[in-house]
Amino acid sequence: MPTKVIMPQMGESVVEGTVGQWLKREGDPVSEYEPIVEVETDKVTSEVTASTSGTLLKIYVGEGLTVPTGTVLALIGQPDEAVPDVVEAEAVVAFGHAAPEATTSPPEAPPAPEARPAARSHVTPVVARMAAQHAIDVSRIQGTGHGGRVTKRDLLAYLERSSAAEQPTPELPPWEQPGSGELFKIPTEAPAPTPPPDHAHKAPPAPGAPGDLIPHSPMRRRIAEHMVRSKLHTAPHVTTVFEADMGAVVAHRAAHKDDFARRGTNLTFTAYFVAATAQALRRHPAVNSEWREDGLLLKPEVNIGMAVALDEGLIVPVIRRADELSLAGIARQANDLAARARAGKLSPDDVQGGTFTLTNHGVSGSLFATPIINQPQTGILGVGAIKKRVVVLEDQGDALAVRPMVYLSFTFDHRTLDGAAADWFVAEIVRLLEGWSLE
Amino acid sequence: MPELTLIEAVRQAMDEELARDKTVFITGEDVGPRGGVFRATVGLYDKYGPHRVIDSPLAELSIIAVGIGAALVGMRPICEIQFADYIFPAFNQIVNEAALVYYRTNGDWHVPLVIRAPYGGGIGGGLYHSQSVEAYFAHAPGLKVVIPSTPYDAKGLLKSAVRDPNPVLFFEPKKGYRLIRGEVPAEEYTVPIGPAQVTRQGRDVTVYAYGMMHYYAQQAAQTVAEQDGIEAEVVDLRTLVPLDKETVIASFKKTGKALVVYEDNKFLGYGAEIAAILSDEAFEYMDGPIRRLAGLDVPGVPFAHTMQDFFMPSPEKIAGAIRELAEY
Repeated sequence: MPTKVIMPQMGESVVEGTVGQWLKREGDPVSEYEPIVEVETDKVTSEVTASTSGTLLKIYVGEGLTVPTGTVLALIGQPDEAVPDVVEAEAVVAFGHAAPEATTSPPEAPPAPEARPAARSHVTPVVARMAAQHAIDVSRIQGTGHGGRVTKRDLLAYLERSSAAEQPTPELPPWEQPGSGELFKIPTEAPAPTPPPDHAHKAPPAPGAPGDLIPHSPMRRRIAEHMVRSKLHTAPHVTTVFEADMGAVVAHRAAHKDDFARRGTNLTFTAYFVAATAQALRRHPAVNSEWREDGLLLKPEVNIGMAVALDEGLIVPVIRRADELSLAGIARQANDLAARARAGKLSPDDVQGGTFTLTNHGVSGSLFATPIINQPQTGILGVGAIKKRVVVLEDQGDALAVRPMVYLSFTFDHRTLDGAAADWFVAEIVRLLEGWSLE
Repeated sequence: MPELTLIEAVRQAMDEELARDKTVFITGEDVGPRGGVFRATVGLYDKYGPHRVIDSPLAELSIIAVGIGAALVGMRPICEIQFADYIFPAFNQIVNEAALVYYRTNGDWHVPLVIRAPYGGGIGGGLYHSQSVEAYFAHAPGLKVVIPSTPYDAKGLLKSAVRDPNPVLFFEPKKGYRLIRGEVPAEEYTVPIGPAQVTRQGRDVTVYAYGMMHYYAQQAAQTVAEQDGIEAEVVDLRTLVPLDKETVIASFKKTGKALVVYEDNKFLGYGAEIAAILSDEAFEYMDGPIRRLAGLDVPGVPFAHTMQDFFMPSPEKIAGAIRELAEY
């Protein structure tokens, strides 16, 4: 007897759902708890997981169709099992709202509680908060509340049982908690502008075994969606590459690094790039802008997003009004944001409102790149690795010198900027970096 | 420690305050030789004389107005309104005069006035002898509103009210006057106006109540503990204004579920404010709907006993609501 995959109830008042992407095809093997289809309501997108292991025998509801909760979406069973024929299956699809009887039998209670997405969407605030705090997938917990709802007590009992309880997180006020979980996820305003760089000093997380299909994390999906939208559907990308002599900056940093450290701030090169970019943006407002169909919106603030690599992807916390901050102010904020990003402790405010993005791909050794624009911004500056190179000093009689050099790759939206305007902007950054006063 | 009824504790508080402070006096309908319609002042006329325990005309406006005037010149009046239902002729005096003086004069003048009034249903009093009026006054800044539920608190809080420099409305659950008994120490003590009290510890649901409903909530909590193994925490608010938000919120953070019980009409009753505060200030701790169990939204507590029972929250109804919340 095949097991039915049904449209779950995604919330108390939700009576229908839309089938998003099928993550499995007919005939694919599925294992229990494995996501097999995405389901969307006007509020959330969620994955329906297999309530049993077996083979996905038949898909009845195609992508993009909206059906009432309880509708049979697919059947899981043994490869040789008989399934209702095509005609009956088409009835469901054709009518959209056809009762599940058309395929097999009347709608049943939601699938096994362990795999029920409904439980995830119907969580109370305290459960959502605690689940986020302890990084628990609530749908894995057997609920004892009304309709199998996971209660605070269920969660506490689960914590006691599970190994998660070995290292309980102290109760933090909500504003100090990482923004994660269905209810409190960070808005998708600023996903990754570049493919996730590997840390030079840190190997990427181990992939699965060859042949495995690794399910996409929500962050991965958001990054993917954003990349495609930005590069393929929104902005014609052009990248221009400049090089800058970092001698002045290196000298300044060497002179002030210890002083900053005594005051608790790690003075990184990133701070100089942010500072120079912010000043250049102020002088080139067209770069600090957003393309709209009815005109070019010049942003009133210079808020620089700083791409930070995480194990599971990227996040872009924002340094607000960077043009009004001192180098120390920028360094402090950059340190803080990067640390909190890696600790998963950014608040939604931290990642919103960026008007320009800086990606420091040089940390993984890359020299130059062609970053993808973080929509709806106009440009993104990629900073390569600072390397000592032999350069010809033409203004000093073609002398040869060893200088710390860096490539700056500026990708811009060609709808907004032409090559010359873009180059003036990057040239400004180069001028600021090369002319950095030792004071 | 002697055991007193709630009304005996009220009387004892007034007796001791009359003895302690010569500026304290009592006025109200039949408070003198008759000793009050509920006998709250019985014996005090004989003990302190007609100048300190003063029968008033049948005019609530003037009882309160006299109280305010006397308070402004340094007296500490205890004005008795025979039933809270009768307080409305004095409403203007209370919310527009007594409540505003301290604020209006930038602290130069104050009205150390206590208004005592028996409130609430359950005694077959019908429409005009059963009302709960606390929400009207709790809404007006400048007034303190106190509702005790035990003899100990009644005595200690009433003494604090008499000594308070500003107007205090002291509503007494009349059904509990002789029903509720408790130990009251013979020696001098007061209970401060302000703090609520967790009167029963539990982890499943918090029941917020005051006055008679607190008495019922205790019974209900006991019932669900014995019959269902549900551990309900009970908070006796005691002082409605100023509200002890700290205690209220702390208990909610512990249980995540709140049942607010009051016998006033449900719509815009005092408990609505508790519910609003919890959802506003402790949202992340919520593990179920914040529920109110209150009187029906009909004009008055019915006279017929069957109808009165239907109207009023009871220990059984409270227990039922606790069970529902615990299961949520």
